[in-house]
Amino acid sequence: MIKTDIIIIGAGPTGLFTVFEAGLLKLKCHLIDALAQPGGQCSEIYPKKPIYDIPAYPEILAGDLTDKLLEQCKQFEPGFTLGERAEEITKGDDGIFTVTTNKGTQHQAPVVAIAGGLGSFEPRKPQLENLEKFEDNGIEYIIKDPEIYRDKKVVIAGGGDSALDWSIFLANINAEVTLVHRRNEFRGALDSVEKVIELKKQNKINIITPAEIVKLNGDKVLKSVVIANNDNEQEVEVDHFIPLFGLSPKLGPIANWGLEIEKNAIKVDTYDYQTNIPGIFAIGDVNTYPGKLKLILCGFHEATLMCQSAYKIINPGKKHVLKYTTVTGIDGFDGSRKEAPKSVVQALNK
Amino acid sequence: MSDIKLKITDRNGKTHNVMAPIDMAMNLMEVIRSYELAPEGTIGVCGGMAMCASCQCYVNSNHQLPSMEEDEEAMLSEAFNVTEKSRLSCQISITNEIEGLEVTIAPEE
Repeated sequence: MIKTDIIIIGAGPTGLFTVFEAGLLKLKCHLIDALAQPGGQCSEIYPKKPIYDIPAYPEILAGDLTDKLLEQCKQFEPGFTLGERAEEITKGDDGIFTVTTNKGTQHQAPVVAIAGGLGSFEPRKPQLENLEKFEDNGIEYIIKDPEIYRDKKVVIAGGGDSALDWSIFLANINAEVTLVHRRNEFRGALDSVEKVIELKKQNKINIITPAEIVKLNGDKVLKSVVIANNDNEQEVEVDHFIPLFGLSPKLGPIANWGLEIEKNAIKVDTYDYQTNIPGIFAIGDVNTYPGKLKLILCGFHEATLMCQSAYKIINPGKKHVLKYTTVTGIDGFDGSRKEAPKSVVQALNK
Repeated sequence: MSDIKLKITDRNGKTHNVMAPIDMAMNLMEVIRSYELAPEGTIGVCGGMAMCASCQCYVNSNHQLPSMEEDEEAMLSEAFNVTEKSRLSCQISITNEIEGLEVTIAPEE
């Protein structure tokens, strides 16, 4: 059981900045994210895109923003449960929330901050008959253990980086890889495209384009797929079919937590971004209120205000005042201390 | 005059005649969102970077639209429910040239 002060669901920019603001109030945080790395959309969807509306950064790449936020909150030693989706929430008689992930990891805290953006990223699934029947019986959307594909017949569908990278990886562990894509061109790093072409020349990868999977065959387990290619159809025996069509966000299990939902987002009180369930806050793109703007900078503001109320829940009756980091510096939970050198502070009556 | 007329059919089959300004650097996806013709969270998910296909639409009128850039073409090659009329509405700028454009919003994936 992981115990902390604030469980943050979603490790995107808003979630990461919450760690910093909570840290200033001596509150400890633990982040849960369905993705394998922190950063949310910034690292998953557009790490190389510049953002122009982060205050004081005329231009910053989304990936760099994630790195800077991680650096900024590092001294407050956040915990991470990555690659797991927050599935269930319960509230004990003592007012403590327990958040359980799809893999059964349990987290406890008196405050929960949902900073889930547009939801958790789920694989985009092709529209094929019997698809669900074969899920985990020959069809996988995420490669967890590459070793299971060693010496196996694998069909990968998709034309992006993950389709290319996994084709290369699996071909190199002797899987018999067929890569199927709807276009003749692949959209991936040039280096990966070149490697795939090289492997094709060596007959280590079979590439079929422009083509798509149109049928799945099998009994309990997937046995073959039918590939349509320029009006021709061919049946290919497979042990595994891996569709890699990217990820799309879904609000997912959060929608069933008894929170008030409006426009696919969680309704909050703008006083402190608390939801209809006391102790559960929603900040960043996942919330909605009159005048809401889905901007990273608004998420930062919401996180800051939210932490003030979180403090009051966690430390009832205990006084605190807003501190300026320029005046008091920062005391990290890791024992570090940052403060302005006295020489840069000028006396007011000078 | 800085508004053009558009005819947008939503996912329930209802057609809406809307006006869109040409001087606000808007794209068609943003017009659809501003009129709330598709539920929030189901359209323009990536914000308009041609990095998801949630804003796919079918162009029903005979307008000569600017041809697709590589990003849009690649995204549509991985999208579902794609037809010859498919475009990503986030890649269609609101300009005088598309006055009277008629589109249908593609089903949610």
